[in-house]
Formats: sequence, structure tokens, C-alpha cells
Amino acid sequence: MSRTSFATFGNELYSGKRSYPFVAKRNLWFLIAGIALLISILIPVVKGGFNLGIDFRGGSEFTVSATENTDVAIGERAVTDVVTDAVPRVTNIAADTMRIQTERLSDDETLSVRDNLVSGYGVDEDQVTSSFVGPTWGEDVSRQALIGFGVFVFLAAVLMAIYFRTWKMALAAMAALVVVMVVTAGLYSLSDFEVTPSAIIGFLTILSYALYDTVVVFDKIRENTADITISTKRTFAEQVNLAVNQTLVRSINTSVVAILPVASILFIGAFLLGAGTLQDLSLALFIGIILGTLGTIFIAAPLYAALRLNEPELKKQEKKVLARRTLEAAAV
Amino acid sequence: MPRTGPGTAAKRTLVWLGALTALLAILLGAGSYWSTASWSPRLALDLEGGTQMILAPRVQDGSEITPEQLDQAVEIIRQRVDGSGVAEAEINTQSGQNVIVSLPGTPDAQTRDLIQASAQMEFRPVLAGGPGQAAAAETPTPDDQLPKPAAEPQNASDPNWITPELYKEFEALDCLDPAALEPAEEPAPADQPMVACEPDSQGKYILGPVEVPGTDISTASYGLQRGAQGQSLNTWAVTIDFNDEGTDTFRTVTERLYAIGQGDPRNQFAIVLDGRIVSAPTTNAVIPDGNPQISGNFTEESAAALAEQLKYGALPISFEIQSEQQISATLGADQLRLGLIAGLIGLLLVAVYSMFQYRLLGLVTIASLVVAGILTYLAICILGWTENYRLSLAGVAGLIVAIGQTADSFIVYFERIRDELRDGRGLVSAVENGWRRAKRTVLASKAVNLLAALVLYFVAVGNVRGFAFTLGLTAIADLVVVFLFTHPVLRLLARTKFFGEGHPWSGLDPSRLGGIPLYRGAGRLREPGEKPVVVARAKNKGATAEAERRMTIAERRRAEQQKALAGRTGSSAVGSSVAQDAEPAIDRAEPAVAGRTGSRAARTGSSVAGRTGSSQKETNE
Repeated sequence: MSRTSFATFGNELYSGKRSYPFVAKRNLWFLIAGIALLISILIPVVKGGFNLGIDFRGGSEFTVSATENTDVAIGERAVTDVVTDAVPRVTNIAADTMRIQTERLSDDETLSVRDNLVSGYGVDEDQVTSSFVGPTWGEDVSRQALIGFGVFVFLAAVLMAIYFRTWKMALAAMAALVVVMVVTAGLYSLSDFEVTPSAIIGFLTILSYALYDTVVVFDKIRENTADITISTKRTFAEQVNLAVNQTLVRSINTSVVAILPVASILFIGAFLLGAGTLQDLSLALFIGIILGTLGTIFIAAPLYAALRLNEPELKKQEKKVLARRTLEAAAV
Repeated sequence: MPRTGPGTAAKRTLVWLGALTALLAILLGAGSYWSTASWSPRLALDLEGGTQMILAPRVQDGSEITPEQLDQAVEIIRQRVDGSGVAEAEINTQSGQNVIVSLPGTPDAQTRDLIQASAQMEFRPVLAGGPGQAAAAETPTPDDQLPKPAAEPQNASDPNWITPELYKEFEALDCLDPAALEPAEEPAPADQPMVACEPDSQGKYILGPVEVPGTDISTASYGLQRGAQGQSLNTWAVTIDFNDEGTDTFRTVTERLYAIGQGDPRNQFAIVLDGRIVSAPTTNAVIPDGNPQISGNFTEESAAALAEQLKYGALPISFEIQSEQQISATLGADQLRLGLIAGLIGLLLVAVYSMFQYRLLGLVTIASLVVAGILTYLAICILGWTENYRLSLAGVAGLIVAIGQTADSFIVYFERIRDELRDGRGLVSAVENGWRRAKRTVLASKAVNLLAALVLYFVAVGNVRGFAFTLGLTAIADLVVVFLFTHPVLRLLARTKFFGEGHPWSGLDPSRLGGIPLYRGAGRLREPGEKPVVVARAKNKGATAEAERRMTIAERRRAEQQKALAGRTGSSAVGSSVAQDAEPAIDRAEPAVAGRTGSRAARTGSSVAGRTGSSQKETNE
């Protein structure tokens, strides 16, 4: 799309010349969202839960970086030579990075496994990192994250209700948020990436991003519908729809700008870094930013319109608008 | 170009921003010159390499750990780690629950054991004491003069506990050597004597077996000593409060020690924590009520410290390793480097995209991002210096993610300006009006971001905190930049010929935006010759439907009259002009809005032509 036509696209959206029926077709979007929700809940159930990282299972982990040899057997032997009944999980997580996970090892065992890995893969001592995580660590992190989630959602709802002076906007935003979070979790589970504390960080960021995005669009809706009861130009639903259309260019630009750095981490992470803090984080963000933007447009705004449509005052206003249109149609 | 009010105000704001940046830079510069600040951010362990252990303190009776106990635990671990000679160790608490120990390099097994060991406090009687230095190597007490136990020890104060081996150990102990002050790796068994140093007086002692365990302490407090008449003396003292069992035992002990008489070292008892003597007071009285008072050369601080240590003795804390991570320095550096590369590529893509979307206006985005980046960088360096904030990989991710959210403020603002231009405003007033609307949105949305960052920071643990911190920091930097940089810059740019006249490359070309500025700011009107030709064009279905809904001026007049009959003319006109309607063709010619009627009517007249004009351009390209 050339710039001129993109600008024209913006102009037409602004004037209402071009309009996408975000509000009118809301039942279709809600249906899609419902199906997506259902699938997202089913994915982890069918897959037997999330692929929990070592932080949630507890155990010892070794990472061998910059190795030319990526033979899985070496890693397995390195562990079983020390602890005969161990069942190590050895994964080639990036081009030249091996990850070996096993149950919790004692200090001496850890050192021996380390030595075995250094000699087995023919790398320097400082190319092997080791870590041990107690089984409660991940639980602590996620429990705190859940508390954070609850506190944030509550405070954000209060903030929105006060700022927009209607709890219906807060409710619509929260409903969209829940859909975004659940579907992101479902897609994350589908990707088979490990759930790590970094991924949890990612989810919490989406929380902030999705709500942020909704607030921007809702602010435009608030502006467009401020004098709705004394205007007969458009019905409430049309006014909401216009606001979403008018901010569509901004929504696209913002999500592209937000996605670019995240995508750059995700792909650079995948090809150069190996699975680390940045990669799981950026995958969660990548999915979440896209869904967050869609959630605002297709769920939050139409849901807000739907929540308010039955208010007597807006019903009256709608009648007036329709009456005016009929009158004008008759006059022509 | 006239120097109008907003223009000078904008320049003044920019000067303020410059002053703020310079102030931060000078602060950091001064800090690095006279103090420990550095021009590069301090890095967390995952980027710098090293070992991080997260320890969960466990109180013996299984109760929740109190903040004081946690502080005490940190103090104990700090002493242990410092004693083991590891430099630059960092010990922090985490969300009131855990203790994080960060060490450069890989600790040896000894250090690890030391850190995990649970500290024991105990009361032991003194058997012998002496100055702290070791006996000169050439003059040890000859073997035949060493004290030999004559009989089985009768009580804990019995000198018969001192064996020749113990005495040799005592002689060899050099309390002036810092290594001797290390906490004992293996605490002496409770029923055996031991030798220990007292760090404060640098004296050394042979101590008898444990008589009262620290767990017998209920609590301890400190305060000014009371004289015989109850008047407050000017000396500090620490009061121990034993439980019932401790009261009984301590009475027996003090009875015995007091009987020995002052002047004999055996009159003293030692409070031992982690194999080190915390205090070795003399016994001046029999304590029957379990409330001994320790006085001496205390300052308020040392009295408080001793009271804290005694309280800790009441509930020994052990540590459970929750997680341990060893990161090689090269891996950390690699991650940082690649993280930064990823960030730069991301930033570059954002720059390209904004140039594509906003032409030269995109430069304002890039410049704003750069200014936000500089402010954030300075803030991180300064916080690293004053608050010991360390940038972790999660923090770097937070910074990269923040690029998008920061740029969004500019996008919201630019789109509002474009909307104003589409309504046919001149650039100068479009910038002002757009800003008024955008400001609200930016403030509301950043409030959500800040709220998220704050909640995450205070609730979450570990990595999440570093991430939340950078997220909050960038949100603030973003607000500073939007208010003090982006907006003033746009105000100034709006007055330049290039942007003000809507050059096609400015990104604010009104004809491309569908707005028809008759009035172009700075008192200039559009030349009649520029009037674009109306070209009919096949329209899509939606647009046709929309067009059908529109009215000609005559139709509108009729509608207005009908509405006037219904008695609602005034409110309708005012309402629609306030509500920022998107279709100038309908309400802008409304004569009800006095004073601006002329230009509005004219603008409306050319509106249709202009819009089609832009479509013509489009078809030509």
C-alpha cells in the first residue's frame, strides 16, 4: 500500500466514507472470540498442561553454549555417568546451544556433570552454566504474579471507571482483557515453548499493553459520544463504530511499531541467543500485542456499545436519528 | 515570521528540557568524578556473570518471618560472605520473603555451605581469656607446662575442661587476623568447650560448653540504664528477657559465676553467635528473674545491634536454597550484546516505519525516541549509583518493549493533528487543538502503564521487578518527552514554511489528508488557481451509501428548519460543533456559530472539491 493510499485510507476512515462494521457485526466477533476462548482452554487440556519450565518443576539445568557438537547422547551420558538412575532431558535449543535438564543434583554431582559436559562437548569451562531451582521458586513467582494480576485488574478497573465515568467501559475493557489473556496463554501452550518466569513477565506486560490500547480507543469513543443525547446525526452504535474506525490507523501504526522491536528480539533470539529470558518473553508479547490490538477493536468497543444500547436515553436518541433520516429520505 | 506566544513558550519548554538533561548529566558526571557513579549502567548478574542464590529463610518454629528477622538474616549472611573473602557480594531481600545472594564468579563449596548454614546463638561460660594476638611462634608454652585436666569437669565453668590440645589451639589463635573472625564452618558441639575471638575487643577466650541456648531468649531490648533511684543514667544497656527455662538455668549459671568473683575471667560468660563472641560481659549479680541487663561502653547503635542479635537468637533462622544460577561472564556479555543488537534493529525498523508513515514528521518520532533514550539511560546510571539499581536481561527486554509504547504517544498525537487538519484547520491551530485532545489520551493511557509498573514492582518478585522498574521508568521518560520535547518541537515546526504549508514530504500535507485549508495560518489564503478539479470516480458500495446520507446545503437548511420547529435548533448546532464531527459538509456552514461563519462556509464549499482532488492525485500516481 503506497503512502498516499494509506493516508487516503485514514481520511476515509476519519470522515466515515469508509467504515468497517466493528459494532454492527459484533455478534460475529463475539462468537469468534468465544470459539477462540474455548479452543484456548482446550489446547492445554488436550496437551496435558503447559510445558512448564524448570523454574516450576524444580531441578538442575546446564546450558552448553557455542558448541560445535550437538549430540544429545553426550549430554545424557554426562548425567547418567554421575547419577545412574537420572532421566536427563537434553535439548538442542539453538544452533549451537545444548540444554540439559535433570532432577535436583547435589553440589558434588553438579560439579561432576559440569566436568563431563566440558570434556564431552569439548568446550571451555565458562561455556557451561549450571543452575538449580527449588520446586517452590516458580510457584512463588507465579503466585506473586497472580496477586499482581488481581490487584492490577482491580485498580485499573477503578481507574477507568473514574476516568470515563462509566463502569460499563471498565467492564468491556476487562472482558476483552480476559479474552486476550486466555487466548494468548492458549497459543503459547500450542507453541510448546516452556513456561518460564520470563513468560509470566510477558503475560503481565500484555495486561498493561492491552489495557493501554483499549484506553486510547475508549478515549476517542468518549469524545465522540460525549454529546450523543443532544445530537441526531448518528446513533450511539454508529458513533462508537466511527470512533473505532477513526482510530484504526493509529491502532495499526501503534501495533506495528510495538511489534517491530518485539519481533526483532523474537527472531534474533531464536537464531542467535537460544531460548533465554528474551525469547519466551518476546513470544508472549508478540502474540499478546496482536491480540490486544484486535481485542480492543473487535471485543472491547463493540461490547461497550452493546452494554449501553438498551439504555432508555440512547434508545430515545436512536429513534430520533432514525426519524430524522426517514424525514430526510422523504424530503429527497 | 512573527514571534508569537506559543512559539516562545515552546522554546522556553525546550530550554527546560535541555536544563533537565544537563542537570542529570552533570549529576552523573559529578558522581563519577567524586563518587562511585559510572557512565555505564550497572549490570545485574545475568548480564555480568556470576552466581545468584535465592535463599528462603525458615524460622525454626515454622512461623512467618518478620521484616526484622529478615534484616537480621541478611546481616548474618553478609557477615558470613564478607568473612569468606568474596568481594563485591550483594545481598538483598526480595518481597519480604527471600534473601538474594549475588556473587561474582563461582563460589567454592565451603562458601556455599557457609551461606546455607543456620546460625546458632548460645551462652557459654568463659574458662580463660587473654589478649587477641597469637603467642609468638618461638615461645609457646612448653608441653610440660600445659594445663592438664586433673579430674572430670564438675560444671561448665570447671577449668578441667581445658585439655592441652585446646590450650594449644587457644595459644595459636590470632584474633588480629581477619580470617579468624570468620564464622565457624562447623560450630563446636554444644557439650564441648571451644576457643573464640571477640571481634570488638580483639580478645580471645576459651569457653565452656553451652549452658543456655539462644532459643531460651524470649526477646531483648535496649535503652538508657536506670540508676538505683530509677533515674535515667546516660549509659546505654541491653536487657535480655529469658523464658521460664532460660530464667531457671541462667539463675544457676549466674549464681556460680558471681561466686567466682570479679577479676577472674571465669566470672564472665560469652554470648556466641555463629562461633563468634558477640559480647562477653562479667557477672555483677545473681539474676533470679531472667532479666539480665548488659551494660558497658555501648553507644545507642551498638546497644541496638546487640539487642537485635539477641532477638535473632530467640528464633534461629535456617536457609533453604530456592534457586541457584551460575552464569558465565561470557554468556552474560553475549546476551547483553545480542539483546542490544535486537533492540537496535527494532529501533531501526521503527524509524523506517515512521518515516514511511509520517515522512519527515517521522524524524520527530525518532528524535523524541532518542531524547527519551538519553533520559532513560541517564536515569538508569544515576539509579545504579544511588539506589544500586542493576540492569538485568529482563530490564533490557523492558526497555525494548517500551520503544513501542513510547512511540505510541507520538502516534496518538500525530493522528490527532491529522484529524484536525482533515477538519480543515491550519497547521498551527491543528497542533494546538490536536495536543489538547491527545494530551488527555496520553495521560490516561500512561496512567494505566504506570499503574501496571507500580503494581508489578511492589507485588512481583525476581526478574519481574527489574522489568516493571524499566517499564515504569520509560513511561515517565515518555511523558517528559511528549510534554517537553515532542509538543514544543511540533509547535515550532508548525511555524516553518515546510510544515506550515504542508509540503508533500512533511507528512502533514492537508490535501493528502483530505482537509482543505483555505486558511493556512500566518494569514495566508489558498490561491484560487489551486482549486482542484472535481473528478467523478467510481466509488465503492460503502462510500456510495455514505454519500447518499449526505445532504446538500439546501437540504440541510430544510432539515434545520424542521428541527427549529421542534425547538431544538440551538442545542443541535452547538452540540454538533462541540462533538468534533467528522463531516464538515454537514455542520460547518451552520450560521449559528457566530464569528467564524464566513470562513467555515467557504471551507465547506470547497470541501467536496478538495476531497475529490486528492482522489485524483491518487489515481494519477
